[in-house]
Amino acid sequence: MHIFEGFLPSPWWQLWFVFSIPVIFFGMYRLNKLVSEKRELLPLLAVAGAFIFVLSSLKMPSVTGSSSHPTGTGMAAILFGPAIAAVLSLIVLLYQAIFLAHGGLTTLGANVASMGIIGPVFAYVIYKAGMKANINFYVVVFLATAFADWATYVVTATQLALAFPAEVGGVAASLKGFLLVFATTQVPLAIMEGALTALIFKYVIQVKSDALVELNVITESVLNKLKGAGQ
Amino acid sequence: MKGEIIFGVIAVLFVASFFYGMALNPDSEFGGADGQAEDVIAEIDSEYMPWTEGTWVDSLKFEPPGGETESLLFALQAAIGALVLGYFFGYYKGKGQSN
Repeated sequence: MHIFEGFLPSPWWQLWFVFSIPVIFFGMYRLNKLVSEKRELLPLLAVAGAFIFVLSSLKMPSVTGSSSHPTGTGMAAILFGPAIAAVLSLIVLLYQAIFLAHGGLTTLGANVASMGIIGPVFAYVIYKAGMKANINFYVVVFLATAFADWATYVVTATQLALAFPAEVGGVAASLKGFLLVFATTQVPLAIMEGALTALIFKYVIQVKSDALVELNVITESVLNKLKGAGQ
Repeated sequence: MKGEIIFGVIAVLFVASFFYGMALNPDSEFGGADGQAEDVIAEIDSEYMPWTEGTWVDSLKFEPPGGETESLLFALQAAIGALVLGYFFGYYKGKGQSN
């Protein structure tokens, strides 16, 4: 669930654009480089983008009595890094802002920041740290993508709290209110997203494991171990 | 198979938690969390109006006339994504087998 059109007053919506635009440009540069140097990986890029398309269209009910949707960005972040995930998210967010009145154009900077940048950075950092610590690949994917999903909505809550500090208690008080809405609703959805992404990665390993090695997502030895386990 | 089983268990737990949520909130329509956030904003600043209303920003966008059109567009988004996913997984799988 993204921030609605017009729901970030000045200067907040401009500030989030200032935050997001450089990352988008860097992501486009990375994307260009990837497409020109590793053309054979284009289908995998399409898969990562399509995954965001599917997941962010699914409005799922949560135990809290409200609905929200997963993000799907963790997969792209693990495969291609957060900057490229930001560009893919921008495409989805634009589609939803223009055709679905979901999210908004003036809040696009803020929504790219939460869903496209900060969430994916969480995925990327957790993934790299987990692999370094030699934890099981699928567990790491689960943790990285579930936390990326959840972090996205914690950031959304924070963005709204900064823009709408409560009269009594200021930002901290309103953050509590927004977190109650976003962060709690998102917990079961984040777990679901993490589990689904881990399963999808199982299939990526089955059909296109060489791409993962080429993208430095996993090392040859980890791959052999995974294939040997035959999950 | 292990991966599928674990995923299946988590999916069943998710559905169970949804039914539990329905029992906990019998009057809830499970509206969007963003709509609830709007209520939180109204509590903090009851006079806040989205400043874009009626400005040029609106003219750049298509507003679905109702829930049906909106769900069509969401379904379309999911269908396009699923099509791409299925196509390329099939492509890679077929390519792998022919080698």
